[in-house]
Amino acid sequence: MKLTGNVWKYGDNVDTDAIIPARYLNMSLPEELAEHCMEDIDLSFVGSVQKGDIIVGGDNFGCGSSREHAPLALKGAGVSCVIAKGFARIFYRNAINIGLPILECAEAVTETEKGDELTVDLTAGSITNARTGKTYRTSPLPGFVMRIVEAGGLVDYTRERLQSHAARR
Amino acid sequence: MGHTLAEKIIGAHVVDGDGNPAPREVKPGDLVEAAVDVVLANDITAPISLREFDKLGVDSVFDTEKIILVADHFAPNKDIKSAQQCLAMRQFAREKGVVNHFDVGQMGIEHVLLPEQGLVLPGDLVVGADSHTCTYGALGAFATGMGSTDIAVAMATGIVWLRVPQTVRFVYTGSLQPWVGGKDLILYTIGQIGVSGALYRAMEFTGPVVDQLSMAGRLTMSNMAIEAGGKAGLFPVDDTTRAYVANAQMRARAKRDFTVYEADEDAEVLQVIEIDVSEMEPQVAFPHLPENARPVSEAGDVKIDQSVIGSCTNGRLEDLRVAAEILRGKKVHPDVRCIILPGTQTVYLNALREGLIETFILAGAAVSTPTCGPCLGGHMGVLAEGERAVSTTNRNFVGRMGHPESEVYLAGPAVAAASAVTGTITAPQEVAK
Repeated sequence: MKLTGNVWKYGDNVDTDAIIPARYLNMSLPEELAEHCMEDIDLSFVGSVQKGDIIVGGDNFGCGSSREHAPLALKGAGVSCVIAKGFARIFYRNAINIGLPILECAEAVTETEKGDELTVDLTAGSITNARTGKTYRTSPLPGFVMRIVEAGGLVDYTRERLQSHAARR
Repeated sequence: MGHTLAEKIIGAHVVDGDGNPAPREVKPGDLVEAAVDVVLANDITAPISLREFDKLGVDSVFDTEKIILVADHFAPNKDIKSAQQCLAMRQFAREKGVVNHFDVGQMGIEHVLLPEQGLVLPGDLVVGADSHTCTYGALGAFATGMGSTDIAVAMATGIVWLRVPQTVRFVYTGSLQPWVGGKDLILYTIGQIGVSGALYRAMEFTGPVVDQLSMAGRLTMSNMAIEAGGKAGLFPVDDTTRAYVANAQMRARAKRDFTVYEADEDAEVLQVIEIDVSEMEPQVAFPHLPENARPVSEAGDVKIDQSVIGSCTNGRLEDLRVAAEILRGKKVHPDVRCIILPGTQTVYLNALREGLIETFILAGAAVSTPTCGPCLGGHMGVLAEGERAVSTTNRNFVGRMGHPESEVYLAGPAVAAASAVTGTITAPQEVAK
């Protein structure tokens, strides 16, 4: 599975209040949340983000609250993938669970600039920067996590398992 | 090789591929599926959980007693959209027969409410769609925050997948200075290790100082484990825990048995961090990260517009007693709005009976029904552009309490109360006589 998009670059510790401020948590649909995504740290994001764009962040991306609204807002805004040096653990789970691809690759983060065009090959685990022509390898997802991703997220994965359990009984 | 508290609790809850109990020894890095004792959600996270639950193709929740739903974030309903969210949660609770649904009048801030009502117990495996679910580590439970989809699946199956975390042990030695409490200990600790200093790890809080710490202080510390990126923040169970739990179980609708787990002496931990608290002052974490902690004497001249005392971090009776000790016979500075939020109805009632509420009102503070409201800029104390608050809450991110150009300074109840009196961030001893 290949994704190509332009980069929005942010620093370390992008917290969930930055991704979607808590004042909008009276809503929960991705398209509603997307209208306020990143607005407290980057007012230009909502107006300019294009479908397929890629977010590149530093360490501890998605720290703070457990709100699934954060990856939902990114997905609703059309973001195809988040690449960071590292992710906060609840955000990591949430992204996997809702089917928002995320990759850890410190080297790619360091050498990527805002506006760069990246091509991400999720299956092969590679990131290619069109500006520099450089390709980076990323560490593959743990097998158990990969099965959730392949099923299309945790809900689909669980539904399949529940059905097969029921069939065996 | 021995095991840490986190490993023992997770190991005891492991299930096999068919969901049957299969307790075993686990080690850090193991991916396991485990049975949960409590599954928690609130009015802002439950709506997504319910939507995902409906897609799972099951009719009922795994256990009507083990799911807890609390309307605390934007409740009492702050606007129509919030009202719709609380309504969706209420309807789900009725349809599925969820016993522990706490609505306005019974509800409190979830992480103050659940321990108080004997709903979480030592040795439990608790998951909640709220990052501060880690609070229950104070009771010797393994408790961690997850997102709404994880919680939807846990509601349906009673099972979650977990990676067994490495443990970092903190040992607190020395003796505490006056006005220094659990909040100061945890802010100092986060200041030392940073907001990702315990990422994916279990924090184990030990040592003679925390042995002397009250349950309120321990709950405050565990509450903020997530602010260091921690997966959980656990305390060993001792007589203080047992006394607290016995008292809480008297309030419980149904008394449950529990198991006390102990870390082995030879347990392998990633790191041991010793902190001598003897010179520690009350701490203040400056904007915009909880790791920006400094001693209150080094705060400088920070003028404030609001002081918030409450939240899942510091909304317990003991916290209100500390605030009242400082506010008694004093007046809140005319340029400051001081907002005090007892964490639960029980905390509120006890504060009323002890005369604390009268103290607050006479001092010119506003006292609110329990809600998470101001902590996350929801309602009951949202900041305007350029305003500053000192707050006993747990996060000071950009825009956390309102306008993106506002600022939050995190502190314990003593500093928050003293600052409310002077109008600038102030050490408690400068106000208390």
